[in-house]
This record gives sequence, C-alpha cells and structure tokens, in this order.
Amino acid sequence: MARMKFLCDADRCINCNACVTACKNENEVPWGINRRRVVTINDGKPGERSVSMACMHCTDAPCAAVCPVSCIFSTEEGVVLHSKDLCIGCGYCFYACPFGAPQYPRIGNFGSRGKMDKCTFCAGGGGAEETGSREEFEKYGANRLAQGKLPLCAEMCSTKSLLAGDGDIIAQIYKERVLKRGYGTGAWGWMTAYHETIST
Amino acid sequence: MRVQIMTALLSRMRHAVALCGFLTMFAVALPTAAQQSNPNVPVDPDASAVKEQTLLHEAPRIEGRIDIPDEKASVLVQPAGREWDHFHEVILHWLGAIVILGMIVLLALAYLVMGRIRISGGRSGRKILRFSGFECFSHWLTAVSFVLLALTGLNITFGKILLLPPLGPETFSAFAQISKYVHNFVSFSFVVGLALIGALWMKDNMPRRVDLDWLKQGGGFIKSKHAPAGRFNAGEKLVFWFALGAGLAVTVSGFLLLFPFYGTNIAGMQIAQVVHAVIAVLFIAMILAHSYIGTLGMEGAFEAMGTGDVDLNWAKEHHDLWLADKLAEGRSADRPGQPPAAPAG
Repeated sequence: MARMKFLCDADRCINCNACVTACKNENEVPWGINRRRVVTINDGKPGERSVSMACMHCTDAPCAAVCPVSCIFSTEEGVVLHSKDLCIGCGYCFYACPFGAPQYPRIGNFGSRGKMDKCTFCAGGGGAEETGSREEFEKYGANRLAQGKLPLCAEMCSTKSLLAGDGDIIAQIYKERVLKRGYGTGAWGWMTAYHETIST
Repeated sequence: MRVQIMTALLSRMRHAVALCGFLTMFAVALPTAAQQSNPNVPVDPDASAVKEQTLLHEAPRIEGRIDIPDEKASVLVQPAGREWDHFHEVILHWLGAIVILGMIVLLALAYLVMGRIRISGGRSGRKILRFSGFECFSHWLTAVSFVLLALTGLNITFGKILLLPPLGPETFSAFAQISKYVHNFVSFSFVVGLALIGALWMKDNMPRRVDLDWLKQGGGFIKSKHAPAGRFNAGEKLVFWFALGAGLAVTVSGFLLLFPFYGTNIAGMQIAQVVHAVIAVLFIAMILAHSYIGTLGMEGAFEAMGTGDVDLNWAKEHHDLWLADKLAEGRSADRPGQPPAAPAG
C-alpha cells in the first residue's frame, strides 16, 4: 500500500497561496484556521524561499504519541487522522507537532480551545462517521482520497511545487527534477517528518 | 578623381581603425561575457538560497514571514516537538512511575520496618491548640485542591495506559475532558490555599540553629529518640519550603499553559510543560510522604490538622521548644477561661 506524503519543492513555490485557498474552500475549514500555510524565509533577501506547509503525516507521528486520549492515529496509508468526538482540546498535539499543524477554533484560555483541527490529507476524518458522508464532511472536510483523488492543494498547485501522493513516487519526481535542472534545496521537513530525506 | 580615391581610402582606414578598436574592446570584454552567458557552464540559482539543514543548524526552529494574520503559524519547522514527545512519552512515564511508586514502596517499607511511631509517654489526656480553625481551613483547602490536581494531572500522563483500556475510548474521553477542566479551575483554589499557608506559617518556618541538631539526629524519631524542635521541626520546614517553591513553580508554569501564547511561544510552552510535569511528580511524591507521616506513620499527628488540638505528651515529644513557649505564654498571661492546656473532654 502506498505511503502518502507531501513534498514542497521550494525552488518552484511562488508564494501564491493558492494551496491555502484551495484547502480552505475544499474542506470548508472554519474561520481562523488554516490547515495549510505558506511561509517565506529570508523574505526580500537574496536566497529567499517559500515553503507550503501543513500536516506532514509524520512517521511515528508525535501528535499521536502524546495525545492523552489516544484520539490520533495513522491509517494504513500513513495519513494521520483524529477523532473530534474523543479530542479533549488539551493542546498537547500542538506542543509536539514539528510543523504547527494542529489548530483550535479558539485561542483557548482555561483550556477552552475546542476540538483540534488539522490537515487530513483530504482523507475525511478519524471518527465514527461514514466515509464520504455529510457528517464526515462537516466535521473534517472532504474525503477525496476515498474518491481516488489526491489532496486539492497539491492537485491545483500551478507550478507543481507542492506534490502529494505515494511517497516513493513523489520522491522520484523530485529527484528527476533536480537531476534535470541541476539544483534543489531539498525536501523541506522530510528529515523531521519521515526520518529520511531525498538524496539527489 | 584622385581626391575621391583618397577620400575613400581614408574612410576605409577609419573604418578599419574603428573595427580594430572595437575588436580589441570585445576581446577584453569577451571572457567575462562568456562567463555570464555560456550555456555549457551550469548556473546554480540555489547558490545563495536558504537551506533547511543550515537553518536548523543555526537555530532550533525555522521561522519566516506569513501572509495570513496568524503570527504563530510563521514557524515553519520546530523539530523540538519530537524531543518534547520523547520527554512526555518516555522520560516522564519512567520518571513518574519510578518516583511515585518508589515513594510508595519506601513508605510501605518504613511502615513495615519501623511501624507506627507511638507517643512514647502515652496519651496524657490533655490537649493543646496547635492550629487555629483558619490554619486548618488553609491547609485543607490546599490539600483537597492538591489531591484533585494530582489525580487529574496524572490522568493526562498515565490515564491512557491505566484507564483507557478498561473504560473504553468514549467514557475515558468524557472523563478526561471533565478532569481537564477540574485541573484548570481547581488550580485557583490551590493557589489561594498555598498563599494562605505561606503567609500563616512562613515566620515559624524560618530556619533556626535547632534545626541543624534535629537533622543531625536524623529527626530524632528515626533513632526512637526525639530531637528538640520548635513549632515546626526541620522536616516540616523542608516540607513547607519545598511545597512553597514547588507550588510557585507549578503555578507559574501552569498559568503559562493556561493562557497559550501570552508571553510564551511554542518553545516556551514546551519548557513550561516539562517544568510543570517534573515538579508535579516530585511534589506528589513529597506529599505522599507528608501524608504518611501525618496519618498512618505517627500516632497523634493527624489530630493537629484534624481538630487543631494535639495531645500534650505528643507536643512534648515532637515540639518541646514550642510547647515550652506556649506554656510560658499561658503562664505570663494567666487569664481564666483561656487555659493554654485544657483537659480533653
């Protein structure tokens, strides 16, 4: 079975934020939450790079490990999902996440954050809701994976900077790109997320 | 005709000179121009580009600029999250289990080996006031809050191991949700209790010379020989100062976690959680020992906080200097109706 991963080719990202918008629209993400974001490093200076980042669906996901109610888990495809019915909004997944993926509907003084929300790799939710159901969509967003489609952020990336899908395949695509053009700043976040990087 | 030829010749020569000059200039400029545009030399647009590993080498996390107004989302990668995960899931589990279970084992051993420390002179039947009603209230406000905080806090770390399997995910989550709110709000009564305790007993807990002797004699009771002590002996003073210090540490770190991103960022909250958890585990172990000596471990000790009165013989054995002061006070202010040592009813 394919191991789903994200890869952002920073040499192609133009900080257009289309992935951010696509995600918000496709999943009808609540106000104030951005499951995906684009961070620009060294903004305005030589060597500036933009990286689109969301949940990386880590290997040995730290969020899942620290969750006090064990409501976060990895699917067979390596997608990290959670159950909003079980989440107690403690914020621990947010402390543990290397990529700032878990977010909450409220700032949350006195522990009133509400249920955690994060990128689901457009694979619906980890709750009891039926796959592709209205209830699942309202709680977690689209389940494109069940329809045989990949996350919309990557699917509609205009420069094909953001890649999503089988980790081996996207790694191969990136490798070939780097070989052909002769440069590449590497697979951002891969070492932290997957304990491996793409050698080019 | 000749003139025309001459003119044409001169004109050609001028062209030739101009061409020579141009060629010379071109020859000088050629190498640099070739360097810039020769397609055979590969260009590296990443020559000055930021690289993830370099950035992570320079700082523990990578931050940038972000278009959305959520400032905290500008942190791109913080590998420290994995370290915090390791602390919480491995170090804290072992530390908590060893420290707390270790203390329980130690106390069980103390009970089995030494047994209950009896009042060697037996009960006198006469009582003396050790703690006022307000002092008892302050103690129990702190104590009840502490027990609730300890249990709900331990649930966040150990609940999924101990309670999740028997209760099932739905029931356990509902329980954990309630205990989270209990933990967050009972913290306030704990802080009030701790402040009261601190204010009431700080003066009597100041270190004195006699404390050194008490410590040298191993608290006296270890050798079944009582060391002199004032209102609080050195052991109690250590408990007091530990509780005050640890209480302050868990309060500050706890409130930082209670108000996310007020004065902290994610790294600050990770540190706050580590401090909170480690201090809390030690605090729980210390309070277990304190509870043991105040109840099972020593005859006549619980009454001090139970009713506020202690037996005169107990006071003589454990707090002789304090008792002497009290009795002296009573004698100097010898007023009827306020006997320092009233017969027990």
